[in-house]
Amino acid sequence: MSRRVRLWLVLAAGTGLAVLLVAACLDLPNFGGDRHPYGDRAVRASIARHTANVISSVNFDQRAFDTLGEMTILFGAVLGCVMLLRQTRDEHRARPRPAEVAPPVRRYALLVLPVALVTGIYVVAHGQLSPGGGFQGGVVAATALHLLYLGADYGALERIRPLGVYEVGDALAASAYVVLGLAGLLGSTAFLANSLLPYGTFNTLSSGGTVPLLNAAIGMEVACAVVLLLARFLDQAVEIEKENGE
Amino acid sequence: MADAVIVVALLLVAATATVAVATRDPARQALVLSVLGVVLAVLFTVFQAPDVGLSQLAVGSALTPLLLMLTVRKVRRRGRDEEHER
Repeated sequence: MSRRVRLWLVLAAGTGLAVLLVAACLDLPNFGGDRHPYGDRAVRASIARHTANVISSVNFDQRAFDTLGEMTILFGAVLGCVMLLRQTRDEHRARPRPAEVAPPVRRYALLVLPVALVTGIYVVAHGQLSPGGGFQGGVVAATALHLLYLGADYGALERIRPLGVYEVGDALAASAYVVLGLAGLLGSTAFLANSLLPYGTFNTLSSGGTVPLLNAAIGMEVACAVVLLLARFLDQAVEIEKENGE
Repeated sequence: MADAVIVVALLLVAATATVAVATRDPARQALVLSVLGVVLAVLFTVFQAPDVGLSQLAVGSALTPLLLMLTVRKVRRRGRDEEHER
């Protein structure tokens, strides 16, 4: 294919794409309007299944298969980081010295740590009721643990963070999501169908059928994944050193 | 009134994002990114998307800057060790 033909091909394809995009944009609902064809249907489906937070209903019920894909992406990405940042043969671990922490920083960190941890767990637990959910709450809970690194030192953080437990937790939570999806096959006809459990009373913790369970699985997966990711970065930044004389 | 809030939030995001691009030192850039995360979270909340705002707050203003700072620390430490050996 000559340069000229390629140029024409790009121009023709680009013009076609631009025309389609502009045509699609002209048909979009107006900015800030209160009616939206997809929104109306999603809200109706969510309320029919007693899920107060429509976003969670979209994530864990109407589009639960998409969430499985997103969880797999996170799982794979963290696995890749763990592999890349592992300790290699020409490196060794040096115990970091206990660090001096300014008293106000220590007080602040130790005061905020439990509050942040409970906030994270609260956001996960109320995912089907109020804004938030497994992903947001999981990240908050996992980063909250690392306030101990600010308030004390790396040794203290390592003591409350047995990495093996988090690795098992990560894998268990990811498989729990798939198992819940397969359970949907037993209850009805579709993978991840929300028809296994009763929908419960609207706006209570146990409402929404399988939504709270899938939400909790995501929360555990994200929290464990973030802890593992940060652990590898912290190991590299604080402990692992290149061997001398190489 | 709501329009004014949206305009202010958009301007804040534009200003902070420009500062983030203009900052060349990675350690300072991480701090600016963290501020940008908060401003973006405000923008998403103003747009009535508090779920996305929460994600942005957790990832954009806490996790990403932290990973950046740790990477900068590792790279600087390695540089210092190599200078020390010479």
